[in-house]
Amino acid sequence: MNTAATVEPVSDTSESPARQVAEEARDRVRFEEEALALSDQVYGVARRLVGSREEAEDLVQETYARAFRSWRSFQPGTNLRAWLFRILTNLNIDRGRKVQRTPDMQPLEESDYFLYNKLEESTTDGTPDERRVVDRLSQNDAVTALADLPHDFRDVVLLVDLADFTYSDAAQILDIPIGTVMSRLHRGRRMLKRTLADSAVEER
Amino acid sequence: MSLFVFDPCDKCEQMMQPFLDRVLTDVEITEAQVHLDGCEYCRKRYRFEVEFRRFVRQAVAEPMPPELKEKLRALRTPL
Repeated sequence: MNTAATVEPVSDTSESPARQVAEEARDRVRFEEEALALSDQVYGVARRLVGSREEAEDLVQETYARAFRSWRSFQPGTNLRAWLFRILTNLNIDRGRKVQRTPDMQPLEESDYFLYNKLEESTTDGTPDERRVVDRLSQNDAVTALADLPHDFRDVVLLVDLADFTYSDAAQILDIPIGTVMSRLHRGRRMLKRTLADSAVEER
Repeated sequence: MSLFVFDPCDKCEQMMQPFLDRVLTDVEITEAQVHLDGCEYCRKRYRFEVEFRRFVRQAVAEPMPPELKEKLRALRTPL
């Protein structure tokens, strides 16, 4: 039977290039919308990866330009957020980060509690409420302390503590072993606390 | 220090970050919780760590400039 003349929608339209183009366009739009919905989080991390708001804006734009260009390489059903952050962190490394100072090789504080202990011991008004102890830390000091972390440590701290990625996602994003994620996270958090402990005491 | 005696607060301290990161096993979580329930010293430090994480997150947060959102939308492939 010759179906060519019928106006009925025919069953083999999935083969038609027009339909494929339409489907691809639809997938692409969905991909772009999902990626854009994550842009606040991407910006939040980008802002702390670089020194200024302008640089962060450039970095985020580069990230999205590359993501939109290479959207076909994203496997639907996998973690889009991790995929985007991988582009972000790779671009940040490609931008040529400033040459690192000698990595922090100071010994770590012996106790994970030292920041609390230090803040507690320097209070004058008796036993402090531990919830109020953080109020003695300044927002600017936190920003500076994070910015002063060596890049490798900061990348991990940002992905886990700010963007809530699991150790394993962070390992994939940065292309490093999970054990390295854990040790950098541990060390990075300690360094952050030490800097904050020092500045909190200085400001008194 | 004997190999067979450990300070439960030391153990709790070692578990603190993994506990907060939710990467402990169920058995370890129970162990940590039991210790925290009975130990005011560690409980204070636990509350502080929770507050500290919240503090850092809020302190370093910076909202995305609205114009940037528009610029990103403009990067989409035109239909």
